[in-house]
Amino acid sequence: MTKKRPSRKQNVRPDASVAKEAEQIKVHTLDILRAYHGERRNLIPILQDIQAKFGYLPREAIKQVAKSMRIRELEVFGVASFYNQFRLNPPGKHPVKVCLGTACHIKGGRIILEAWERRLGIKVGETTTDREFSLERVACVGCCAMAPVSVVEEKIEGKVSPTRVDGILLSFELEKEKGTDK
Amino acid sequence: MAVNARQRTLKAFEKIRAHAVSQWEALKQSQEPRILIGTATCGRAAGALDVVKAFQDELAQQDIKAKVTEVGCMGYCYAEPMVIIEKPGWPPICYGYVTPGIASRLVQDFIIGDDPCLEFILGALEENELVPTIFDHPRFKYETRILLKNCGFIDPEDINQSIANGGYSGLAKALGMKPQRVIDEVKKSALRGRGGAGFPTGEKWQICREVAGEPKYVICNADEGDPGAFMDRAILESDPQSVIEGMTIAAYAIGAAHGYVYVRTEYPLAVERAHTAINQAEGSGLLGDNILGSDFSFHIEVMRGSGAFVCGEETAMMRSIEGRRGMPHHRPPFPATHGLWGKPTVINNVKTFACVPQIIQRGNQWFASIGSDGSKGTAIFALAGKVLNTGLVEVPMGTTLRQLIFEVGGGIPKGKRFKAVQIGGPSGGCLPESLLDTPIDFTSLTEAGAMMGSGGMVVMDEDNCMVDAALYFLDFTCKESCGKCTMCRLGTKQMLDILEDITKGQGKIEEIDLLVELGQDMKKGSLCGLGRTAPNPILTTIRYFRDEYEAHILEKRCPALACEELIAYYILPEKCERSCDACVGSCSVEAIYTGKRRIKVIDQEKCVKCGTCLESCPPQYDAVIRLSPPSLVPPSKK
Ligand SMILES: Cc1cc2nc3c(=O)[nH]c(=O)nc-3n(C[C@H](O)[C@H](O)[C@H](O)COP(=O)(O)O)c2cc1C
Ligand code: FES
Repeated sequence: MTKKRPSRKQNVRPDASVAKEAEQIKVHTLDILRAYHGERRNLIPILQDIQAKFGYLPREAIKQVAKSMRIRELEVFGVASFYNQFRLNPPGKHPVKVCLGTACHIKGGRIILEAWERRLGIKVGETTTDREFSLERVACVGCCAMAPVSVVEEKIEGKVSPTRVDGILLSFELEKEKGTDK
Repeated sequence: MAVNARQRTLKAFEKIRAHAVSQWEALKQSQEPRILIGTATCGRAAGALDVVKAFQDELAQQDIKAKVTEVGCMGYCYAEPMVIIEKPGWPPICYGYVTPGIASRLVQDFIIGDDPCLEFILGALEENELVPTIFDHPRFKYETRILLKNCGFIDPEDINQSIANGGYSGLAKALGMKPQRVIDEVKKSALRGRGGAGFPTGEKWQICREVAGEPKYVICNADEGDPGAFMDRAILESDPQSVIEGMTIAAYAIGAAHGYVYVRTEYPLAVERAHTAINQAEGSGLLGDNILGSDFSFHIEVMRGSGAFVCGEETAMMRSIEGRRGMPHHRPPFPATHGLWGKPTVINNVKTFACVPQIIQRGNQWFASIGSDGSKGTAIFALAGKVLNTGLVEVPMGTTLRQLIFEVGGGIPKGKRFKAVQIGGPSGGCLPESLLDTPIDFTSLTEAGAMMGSGGMVVMDEDNCMVDAALYFLDFTCKESCGKCTMCRLGTKQMLDILEDITKGQGKIEEIDLLVELGQDMKKGSLCGLGRTAPNPILTTIRYFRDEYEAHILEKRCPALACEELIAYYILPEKCERSCDACVGSCSVEAIYTGKRRIKVIDQEKCVKCGTCLESCPPQYDAVIRLSPPSLVPPSKK
């Protein structure tokens, strides 16, 4: 999991904006809860929707869910931590998932993962300090015929090689330069 | 149901069908060419969406009218992106490896001109005199497409295309039968579950029908946790209505009013298409309240899994649907009597449900005539790994592994030697060359130490290390163990530690027997199939490839040259071309330098063993090799 602190800029944010963010999380969480009538049996879809909204499960949201369902935070946390899908810290702007399913493993998925780790300077499960990229492993995205596979943001990249990793990162850099040029 | 009520449903369906058929015929007869593009997840990974756009742009630019339709996966994943063009006056022609560039050429040369661009075709889909057909390919001798028959040919987001091609005829017929007759039909067909264990489906339904308890539930298991299997995804993405129809028939047979499709979250497109299919079926009156005007109602919800392998296990899945931690519990009681919320529940795999409509429609004898004794129907495998034609294949049960890998799959790429085939994922086993003539059916595979499992089939060649393969699966089960049973939680960890030592050259010879012993104890001491089958990959690799374990331990050598700690990359000085810099440029950690007489040398300290230099060295020089043990590398003088 991400041990890196969020960038320094975040730490010196005035308290007011932190409070505002917490308030926002609460409002959205309540909306999601309402859509599912706040029922305990819908806990997993609720958490999924929260994660889809924020990219992770913020502490504030877990608190709110527990409160609305009149269950302990611990119970919500217990369910969230059981499933690999849920994360408790924010992902990078461009999340990268490397498949290490059987077919990808056989075709050198580990080498691809190492290439990402080397290039991004982080280990699997971490986020870069500038919060641009985060790196995760997944077990099969169902494109085994295209192994080895990486999922960059939502896009599936088949037959990835270490040089392709460089290529993908380069295209992000170019994109960014274009953005700042404007 | 009373006789006239029965006729009413049939009549209602006939009306829907006639409408769908006339739409389909109009499409087929239309003078506008049709372009079908496979955009299931595998196609997308190969860039199919760019191809769709290229077709649309080119058509717009040339101001030509043609209908571009996104379809599912035909199963020839190796040739993705795949395109089928139906042009009046021509047989439908299938193209493979289509790029945006090829797309615009096809528009210009074939749609506008009359040149079918033979250099890009895979084959025509109908016998004809103009172009070679796809059926000339040797794999068609073996394939029997039942479940995949519509995949890649119909628009998965248009229920009418499914109905025009046989969809929902099974349901309409079933609604005219007594529920018990439906179960009898499934029983007589001898259909066995396609989710792994192969339990007779009809019997499961019978138990659930007879037991008291209301309401009853139907669950479709689309969790497909086996990393390396993707046929359930392909079916949901390419022909989702067949699954919905199968579930509805099951619900009618057992008397359920509510069902769930549990799809793993890693399959966003399958989730989306399942939703669309359900909405359309409801819109057409084939799902929901009073189906086809009868008094039978059935509703389906889609539930996304959350990335836990153990939730593929039926009891764990039900906990998960209830919103809890997905921990399996002891069986009996079985879900058929005490399932979701403690109520009687039928839970079947995607493929099992997809078989049902055709069994009802075409009769149990038709189904039972396919396959071998004890294993009826077809088996779908996801061929992946070191095999030429990766993708989905559907063959009758009883086909041998050799036929599947070498005839249908086209054999091993790059002239390498076949070593093993892994069947059944983390619960299955690795079978060696000597067992290639094993017929594929439930009993033969179990006897050989593997199992049918989910149908993942990963082929390994001489470059794959069997100890590493065992380690891979154990690492997977160790991470995915829910932790309830001690033997599973700690046993996997202990075995993993031992295997890690072995792949690093730090193993002891007596540990091989210890692994076997631990494996057998784990099988006895675990509650669910995860722990009970987790040792299979280790036990089979020890059984069939013991010499590889011994080489790692006694000689500190990895015979397949795969285990990183036991190999080194080396550039043969006599083969190095010297003026070529390919390897130097390819190395991402700058571990290759130019030594004396411009010969390239690898700095072993810096090398991360990624193998890129070996790939980049031009084949005519072929100077980069791997050595095991690493001590074979001659000392370098800087
Ligand atoms: C650890 C484990 C994982 C499983 N994963 C799946 C799966 O991904 N898909 C599936 O259909 N069945 C899976 N099963 C089998 C189910 O428990 C159950 O037997 C099956 O869904 C029954 O359907 P069937 O009768 O149609 O085969 C798994 C079993 C175990 C023990
Ligand atoms: S193993 Fe990587 S996509 Fe299936």
